[in-house]
Amino acid sequence: MALKIVKGSIDRMFDKNLQDLVRGIRNHKEDEAKYISTCIDEIKQELKQDNIAVKANAVCKLTYLQMLGYDVSWAAFNIVEVMSSSKFTYKRIGYLAASQCFHEGTDVIMLTTNQIRKDLSSPNQYDTGVALTGLSCFVTPDLARDLANDIMTLMSHTKPYIRKKAVLIMYKVFLKYPESLRPAFPRLKEKLEDPDPGVQSAAVNVICELARRNPKNYLSLAPLFFKLMTSSTNNWVLIKIIKLFGALTPLEPRLGKKLIEPLTNLIHSTSAMSLLYECVNTVIAVLISLSSGMPNHSASIQLCVQKLRILIEDSDQNLKYLGLLAMSKILKTHPKSVQSHKDLILQCLDDKDESIRLRALDLLYGMVSKKNLMEIVKKLMLHVDKAEGTTYRDELLTKIIDICSQSNYQYITNFEWYISILVELTRLEGTRHGHIIASQMLDVSIRVKAIRSFAVAQMATLLDNGHLLTGNTQRNGICEVLYAAAWICGEFSEHLDDPMQTLEAMLRPKVATLPGHIQAVYVQNAAKLFATVLRGQEGATDSQTAQETTQLLIDRLPLFVQSANLEVQERASCILQLVKYVQKLQQKEVEVLEEVTALFAGELNPVAPKAQKKVPVPEGLNLDAWINEPPPSESDSEDEKPKAVFMEEEPRHSRHKEVDEKELARRREVRKQEQANNPFYIKASPSSQKVYQEAPGVEHIPVVQIDLSVPLKVPGMPMSDQYVKLEEERRQKERAEKKKKEKKKKREKRSRGRKADSGPESEEDITPAHMVDIVTEEMPENALPSDDDEKDPNDPHKALDIDLDKPLTDSEKLPVRTHRPPDVLKSPGEEGERAPQEPKKKSSKKEKEKKKDKERKKSKEEKKKKKHRQEKEEEPGETLPEKPVQSAENNEVAAPPATTPAEASDLDFWLSSAPVPPSNQEAPKAEPAPAAEPDSAPEAGPASEPDGPKEAEPEDAKSSKHKKKKQKKEKEEKEKKKRKKHHHHHHHHGDGGGDESVQNGTVGEEEEEEEPLPPMSNYCLLAENDYIKMLCDIQGNLQDGSQVVVSVIFENKSSSFLKSMEFNVLDSLNSKLQRPEGAGPHDGLAVPFQLPPGVSNEARYVFSVQSIVMPQKLKGTLTFIIKSEESSTHEKLDFKLHFTCTSYLITTPCYSDAYAKLLESEDMKGSAVRLEGVSMPFHHLLARVCFHHHFSVVERIDSCASMYSRSIQGHHVCLLVKAADQTVLIDAKCDESSLLGNVLDEIKQTFSQC
Amino acid sequence: MIKAILIFNNHGKPRMSKFYEHYSEDTEQQIIRETFHLVSKRDENVCNFLEGGMLIGGSDNKLIYRHYATLYFVFCVDSSESELGILDLIQVFVETLDKCFENVCELDLIFHVDKVHNILAEMVMGGMVLETNMNEIIMQVDAQNKMEKSEAGIAGAPARAVSAVKNMNLPEIPRNINIGDISIKVPNLPSFK
Repeated sequence: MALKIVKGSIDRMFDKNLQDLVRGIRNHKEDEAKYISTCIDEIKQELKQDNIAVKANAVCKLTYLQMLGYDVSWAAFNIVEVMSSSKFTYKRIGYLAASQCFHEGTDVIMLTTNQIRKDLSSPNQYDTGVALTGLSCFVTPDLARDLANDIMTLMSHTKPYIRKKAVLIMYKVFLKYPESLRPAFPRLKEKLEDPDPGVQSAAVNVICELARRNPKNYLSLAPLFFKLMTSSTNNWVLIKIIKLFGALTPLEPRLGKKLIEPLTNLIHSTSAMSLLYECVNTVIAVLISLSSGMPNHSASIQLCVQKLRILIEDSDQNLKYLGLLAMSKILKTHPKSVQSHKDLILQCLDDKDESIRLRALDLLYGMVSKKNLMEIVKKLMLHVDKAEGTTYRDELLTKIIDICSQSNYQYITNFEWYISILVELTRLEGTRHGHIIASQMLDVSIRVKAIRSFAVAQMATLLDNGHLLTGNTQRNGICEVLYAAAWICGEFSEHLDDPMQTLEAMLRPKVATLPGHIQAVYVQNAAKLFATVLRGQEGATDSQTAQETTQLLIDRLPLFVQSANLEVQERASCILQLVKYVQKLQQKEVEVLEEVTALFAGELNPVAPKAQKKVPVPEGLNLDAWINEPPPSESDSEDEKPKAVFMEEEPRHSRHKEVDEKELARRREVRKQEQANNPFYIKASPSSQKVYQEAPGVEHIPVVQIDLSVPLKVPGMPMSDQYVKLEEERRQKERAEKKKKEKKKKREKRSRGRKADSGPESEEDITPAHMVDIVTEEMPENALPSDDDEKDPNDPHKALDIDLDKPLTDSEKLPVRTHRPPDVLKSPGEEGERAPQEPKKKSSKKEKEKKKDKERKKSKEEKKKKKHRQEKEEEPGETLPEKPVQSAENNEVAAPPATTPAEASDLDFWLSSAPVPPSNQEAPKAEPAPAAEPDSAPEAGPASEPDGPKEAEPEDAKSSKHKKKKQKKEKEEKEKKKRKKHHHHHHHHGDGGGDESVQNGTVGEEEEEEEPLPPMSNYCLLAENDYIKMLCDIQGNLQDGSQVVVSVIFENKSSSFLKSMEFNVLDSLNSKLQRPEGAGPHDGLAVPFQLPPGVSNEARYVFSVQSIVMPQKLKGTLTFIIKSEESSTHEKLDFKLHFTCTSYLITTPCYSDAYAKLLESEDMKGSAVRLEGVSMPFHHLLARVCFHHHFSVVERIDSCASMYSRSIQGHHVCLLVKAADQTVLIDAKCDESSLLGNVLDEIKQTFSQC
Repeated sequence: MIKAILIFNNHGKPRMSKFYEHYSEDTEQQIIRETFHLVSKRDENVCNFLEGGMLIGGSDNKLIYRHYATLYFVFCVDSSESELGILDLIQVFVETLDKCFENVCELDLIFHVDKVHNILAEMVMGGMVLETNMNEIIMQVDAQNKMEKSEAGIAGAPARAVSAVKNMNLPEIPRNINIGDISIKVPNLPSFK
């Protein structure tokens, strides 16, 4: 026996191994294919032997041949044999071969299931590892289903080497078997905190890959990832997490705010360019997701742009490329910050690296404005001239057109310029994009009426010089523009100066060399021109010119009648006959003008490309229904086409059709055979050129080939450059005229206290050179709303869009291998089940321990009132990982669904308050906060704010400063928590400088979406006299439960200068004006500005308030000095500040589940009010309540809405608004009844005023 | 996700190909050819990213490559991978090869493509990055090789001897057609740990 083995191995020595094969192939360079085929024969022989070593050697060689492109699927079974060898050496060879050539279609793959399972549970970790690696390449849905449970067990293997591979392969399993995602997810999540960094990294990898496709399901993991991000030092992990956050932020703007600070820190601190770059990328994503202004917003953008600039300026081309790539993302939302780096980007256009040039081109697209369009395009035109290689030149060409035509020609102020650019582009030789230029020409001349006469003149010149365009080759794509030129000249021929000449140009014999579809257009439009010429001759005494024209047509058209192109031929012969008839009539001196003109009367309007799709299906029309009785099955063999019209056919018919198609194919084949054998049958049409050459009387026409290497200046065509100059001059003039006006406008803007961005304004000021009326494209009446974002139905990730937060149900578990059908009750504990279950038990024990650890850790980190809730969340997590392991009969009852909202609101809480990151210095400060107050449960809901910018910002140095200040004035222990939350608001407001109500911003946005709302303002008249007008707005201060901010606009109505204004209010017991330290209780506050005539400005005053349940009025005085040229007088104005209860409310969004809980709570006292005679639409009514009374809509169903708001001292106010013809019923609940009563009164008053 | 990893030489001859999605052999060859065509016409001093690998699914994908002496290492990845990260991964891959083969050159890859696969399997699995720490990778590869050797035992010895003899008998083949060592030191690497 032993001898046999030795003998076998000695035999083997002289077998060809892989190295010999490679060597052999290298030695047979000339007849490689032949050599390989002999090798394959040898391999086939080797595979027939029993010796596994020989087989493995053969398979190893096959793997190499597979790489060279040889199909080795025939050896699949042998590969499986080698895979199942007990020796690692051979097993590895087998798995490698399998991973290279197995796929879902390989049928022997189903034989591998048990072998793989055996390998997975092998005591040798490398057997398991090799099996996992192989499986990752060829896993099929069946394998995934059968092995999911085994792999999941491996995720808790003792060896990290196995754990990381098991975790990673789970992604493939999920893809093939989506049902496994939910049962496996808890364990996967657990692996995020695995002690081994490799396993952790793998888990991050998998979850990132999953989340990238269905981000919303993974939002709840954000806190965990956040923790990882702040603690991990592994750049791979960090990059993945940061990329993941980039995908999550668009769904949750609050997350973005939390991220900005740590990301900014990373940007500043990291030395790894890859990490820096990904941070910048994610910050950009965050900034994109934050629609409305955050104060340090612009700083972040500046930082990003700055860092990117450094990248772009770097000598490393890779960094340059990436910098440009990221820049283009910023461009979409913050074009202005990128525009300032125009120089740099234009410079990149000159880079020798084409990738970089293309990226820079992409950027240019977004950087154009009305101001610089001409300049940029001019620069690009220079590049076009310089560019070598048609691909890049074509790219430039399309970019120029893209840039100019973007958003409906938004940036083009001078269409004459654009037309001349297009005409210049026609001089590009060898471009493939002639049709793009052509369609632009058509589009512009159709849709911009004012440009038509200019365009027609240009096109006429183009036609006149048509030979230059067709010059070199027949296939030259540029001749497509002649198509456009001919059509434009024909359709708008009334603008032609000399239609006769154009007509003549269009009928030149040379035209016959153009492609057929262009000739057809020529012919058709020649007829249009003919009509125009006739019209031009109207009233002329002698009809000689008209007759000459007719004669011209009759002379020239026969050329086209002979055309090989069917379209040309048909049109030409039709028109020729028509013209002949006209000639006859002319000779009889009959007036034909009217009839000929009538042929082409009427104007064509542009139709939107989607118009057809949007035509709504009329009611009662079922497009899928048969119009007649379905024809008997035999009869539908011939009519393929009409059948295709019906989208869906009943399966019965489709089967028939299949048969028919086969039958048809057969018949077709027969027919072809017949045709081939039939000498009289003319086979596939010969090329048109050939026909043309054979056509009699044509070949003698001399075709002059002009080879031009220099772009030719076509005589009589304006150069686009001159427009740039003209435009410059024109703008200068305009600017001078506008200067005065503009100044005034700006001043007004400033005085209103809003940040006025001068950028877009000045851009808007550039008026187009001439009246431009872009005719909008026609759409059918009552077009359906757009439904463009269709997902690819074949995307495998679609199946993974699974809610992971829902608790598992009984039916959801991974299939466990059983030897008996599941209905045998006692089976699971027996036989083969034993072995796999034991490690599971072990692992679950370990899990529990780990869980405890984790909990401990968590509770340390997050000393928050939400603690009890977190534990609740933990519970399902605890049970979940085991569940799949258990067999059917001992499954636990699924966790109560109530945990889902709890988890959701946990996320909300995490997002709305800060102290999760362990590095956070605030954590200890937060500790003394009392454990959950009774009303804190619903609080998490209200605290959340899906779109508002004011909640939840990252803590930064500033906020902690504020905090210290506050702590001095600390009043009650209880308020601390609220205060803390409010800090963020404070720093946010303080930084912005304009703590102009953020709420207004929010509502304002809604307003824009909800179209026609009457303009609303919160500013009401405070007092007015001949000199000055005071408007005021009162808002609760978010930072402090006892503060109210009053913004007062002072407007100078007089013609004199107002100065030394002093604002003073008589304090009451309840409310006090906050004065700077050192000031007496009755001192006035100086208004921090002076007012020139006609100017207004805004100042802010903070009042401290004790009780907010009652409205109150404060008396006050404004004193000021009026200074005119000769004198100055002292004046004063009394006013009464009215603090309504509304002004203590703060718009706070609320989720409907939190809202429902709130309503159930017993502390809430109810009240109701009825408003009669309210005739405004319901959404206006809601907008009014939102705007004037600082509510937010929780839910709206038809004409019923629930609304929520919160006072600065934390009272919840809930409204249920119902509207029915002119009557509005408001049911309200609040934990403070007098506050509620007053708020309702104020709401009533608001509506009585309108 | 990494869609494919290709190694080919300056003439487009494949030295190793690993596709993480299934393609027919013909398509694979076509992809290799096309990739070579795209990559080889680029200058030395341009960026290492390329868009538009038409064949491997869609616009989301990028080719990220490095050129070492006679070999191109090309990774085709989608947008979930960090471009600079992958560049570093290529570097780790090549350095690992260098360690495992002791001064790797193209010939090593030509004759031992199976070993290259084994090394790669410890770095990338099913298109996802498994390990980036070179020492860890080398440790696992070595451990497996040791196992292989112990399995071969006495029976393997004669085979090894024969293979050594074969190499000796054909002196013209091994190192004298040396196509040049792969230079590993690349100066402009973004620092990455």
